[in-house]
Amino acid sequence: MTDVSIAASDTLPPRRRHGIDLSQPIMLAAAALLVVLIVLPIAWIVAYAFLDKSGALTLGNFAKLFTDPSFLDPLIATATIATSVGCLCCLIAAPMGWLVARSDMPARNLVRTLVMASFVTPPFLGAIAWELLAAPNSGLLNQAWRGLTGASADEHIFNIYSLGGVVFVITCYTFPYVFVLVANALDRIPGELEDASAMLGATSATTARRITIPMVLPAIIAGALIAFLQALNLFGSPAILAIPAGFHTLTTKIWSLFQFPPKPELAAAAALPLLVLTVVLLRAQKAVLGRRSYAVVGGKYGAPRPVPLGAFRWVALAGCLFMLLMPVFLPYAALLNAAFSKIPTRLVTWDTLSWQNVYFTFFELSQTGHVLKNTFLLGALSATLGTLLALIIAYLVARQSVRGHKILGFLATAPIAMPGIVLGVGLFLAYTRPPLVLYGTLWILLIAYITIELPAAYQQLQSAFHAVHPELEEASRILGATRLRSLRDITAPLLRTGVIATWCFIFVAVVRELSAAVILFTSDTKVLSVLIFDLKESGDLGAIAVLGLSMLALTTIVIALANSIPGRGGDIRLRENG
Amino acid sequence: MPKRTVTRRTVLTGAPAAVASLPFATRVLSAAPPAAGITPDLIAAAKKEGRVHWYTAMDLTMSEVYARAFEAKFPGITVKVERSGGERVFSRIAQEYSSKIYNVDMVNTTDSAHTLAWRNNGWLEPYVTDDVAQHWPIEHKNSEGYSATHRIVFSIIGYNTGLVKPADIPKSYTDLLDPKWTGKLVKAHPAYSGATLTATHAIVRALGWEYFEKIAKLKVLQVQSGVDPPKKIALGERAAMIDGADYLLLAAMDKGAPVEAVYAAEGAPIINSPNVLFKAAPNPNAARLLLTWMFSGEGQKTLVDISGLYVPHKQVPAKAGRRPLASIKILAEDPEAMLIEADAIKEKYSSIFKV
Repeated sequence: MTDVSIAASDTLPPRRRHGIDLSQPIMLAAAALLVVLIVLPIAWIVAYAFLDKSGALTLGNFAKLFTDPSFLDPLIATATIATSVGCLCCLIAAPMGWLVARSDMPARNLVRTLVMASFVTPPFLGAIAWELLAAPNSGLLNQAWRGLTGASADEHIFNIYSLGGVVFVITCYTFPYVFVLVANALDRIPGELEDASAMLGATSATTARRITIPMVLPAIIAGALIAFLQALNLFGSPAILAIPAGFHTLTTKIWSLFQFPPKPELAAAAALPLLVLTVVLLRAQKAVLGRRSYAVVGGKYGAPRPVPLGAFRWVALAGCLFMLLMPVFLPYAALLNAAFSKIPTRLVTWDTLSWQNVYFTFFELSQTGHVLKNTFLLGALSATLGTLLALIIAYLVARQSVRGHKILGFLATAPIAMPGIVLGVGLFLAYTRPPLVLYGTLWILLIAYITIELPAAYQQLQSAFHAVHPELEEASRILGATRLRSLRDITAPLLRTGVIATWCFIFVAVVRELSAAVILFTSDTKVLSVLIFDLKESGDLGAIAVLGLSMLALTTIVIALANSIPGRGGDIRLRENG
Repeated sequence: MPKRTVTRRTVLTGAPAAVASLPFATRVLSAAPPAAGITPDLIAAAKKEGRVHWYTAMDLTMSEVYARAFEAKFPGITVKVERSGGERVFSRIAQEYSSKIYNVDMVNTTDSAHTLAWRNNGWLEPYVTDDVAQHWPIEHKNSEGYSATHRIVFSIIGYNTGLVKPADIPKSYTDLLDPKWTGKLVKAHPAYSGATLTATHAIVRALGWEYFEKIAKLKVLQVQSGVDPPKKIALGERAAMIDGADYLLLAAMDKGAPVEAVYAAEGAPIINSPNVLFKAAPNPNAARLLLTWMFSGEGQKTLVDISGLYVPHKQVPAKAGRRPLASIKILAEDPEAMLIEADAIKEKYSSIFKV
């Protein structure tokens, strides 16, 4: 509670205080807040991992971890899944991003919107929908296949309860990250560079190889890494698909260690390698990208010219739409069917259409109301406070206006190395004891959400700041404006779309979040993702379908409302900046 | 330093002196409180509280409908149903209580050992209703009055009649060991479901862990809740279930799903699912009223109508068409032993099934 109010009061933008530089105190306050948010849970996890019950230093937890086959198998499964997802996401999203950003493919905005739809779909909901579709026996696709081929009742072509199934479903809901990065990078490459290459006699292949690909490569690498980390840290999809298949990933294993009797010390020890690996990967990414950062939106550049595809453009569109069958059309069709069917895996007809699930969810299920309220309250609050915090940090870091800004940037990015479930555990350990007993309140979830989403929010806004070249602010300063006035008149309007996009991003991410919430909820502070997960464990698929679709509808409305806030700037598609 | 971890083992071994003296002390000191009924005072006090939190392991759909029936009888009192697996309910309460969150009013669990653990912690309020005093078989109520059976569940074998040929119909647990069942079985998890923990304990006593070691080789679909396997075989996702709650399978049959129940030849594990009141309940009167109603003839009859469950009330008959309780060969439960062995069972189970 206290933390949040500190955030709110100390991070007000220093408007109208001309002459007094508040950057330093604001930075100190932001840094202090980040330390509390991030260091506290990590410290508890480290303490639990390295100390035994009497408080003496021990490596026993790690010894147990690395000699026990029940930890090695999940480790291997997780590595396989994360690597496959990272590669697959790039293979799918990079071409799609290029088609949308640089080609004359028809219906490019539709494709962007549909990618957005798969992005707002919580992965655990997608996983449940894919159970409806591709469970080996009852799955709708397998039923259809048997109907078409006359195969016998125990044959199937898809088995979602498998390693491949887990990779597939995670990819479906992770590729938008890569898509956004690639499409945005391509949007930002000035057309002049490619034109210049062409004018100097290069073929389009050479231009692609020498100009376009090098310019977009950092985004692809960053995307692959984000996809890898997402797959590494995801809890819901493996919990829904891997456990029935009889294997654990690292996150589900960590979660199982918190079931009764809880073994937080082992979970903490299991989390640390994940933490180290993530940090190493992020360093590697930095090393790769370090020399390749450039501001490409400064003064006036020409918009890139779309590459004509000829007749192939329809093929390209068909390809994109086929790809979007997997994360969007098929799962939502399956959920819609389950919502109105008495038997979730039977196709509903006018005669069998039933309102039973809808009635149960909204009139009999006693948790629906307060769970929806909790979810949207937390979503809106986390998005608002998180965006504000990220904005301040991104500004301080991007303009390098204070000493120690690098530490601030590091702190704001650090939570990316923490799987949600580990952060959940850390927060649980940190906030179930005095002085701050927050467990059992919505505040602990708010802290969790802000911490988890801060890195992405910070990076979005940081890239928005980077894309706005300081020369624009400098021009304003030269013309006599103060730093704050140029911030208000030049930078803020240019960032407006970025800020709204970040707000929406956090909101959506909070509604999607399961892994920290599943550790931190109590019966009074349950959120939608946890309720759906609960319902999944008892096989109540009809209610899940109704709740899932309501959740999507409400999310869509919130995003539409956020985007309709009046002001200068363009509309938000899946862009970080306009 | 991690000293807050409460396990059943620490409950038992943490304070040896206290634990050693406990059974003796309780036997001498605590007699059950006098039986109580529904009085106008109780109703008024309950309405003043206006709500009650019922943590239950009963199937969600049925629990909610059951709760709505209580709300219709006593307008002005909202029942918030918090459903999860019995073992999950147990850890939820342990987690909440260790953080001093006293949210739970009344619990219906599917692992009778839980009531022993909670009693040993001093968390339960003894409360005996008139019906329990008069109409409950002695084996279904606790002599100190802190718990009584609310419903009787069996963990049974079940199969999908469309997917299992008559010649292949399993009659016993050992029938399911045949390799022809590879990839065709579904079962629930004892770390989630109290009924499944109770059943696992009983089956291990009867057949040994070797039984589950062989089952684990058959590519079993591992779901969590004991209410899920009946749903999975009704969908046709798997041909047969090794364990799962009988009342859901029978309910699915009543609705015309192509499933059949098998009470195993070795005996069907019985789960006497108790209701208990918590001393620190935030809505003690509403909780007492809910408990008293659930144990009344009307409450038990309503439960039978909604769920088809067997109930302990001597004057409330089983649902028409259900086999007589006395005709079922039972694998008995042993709460005292489960209290000691539960953690080891969960560990052993996950080492065998890998999850």
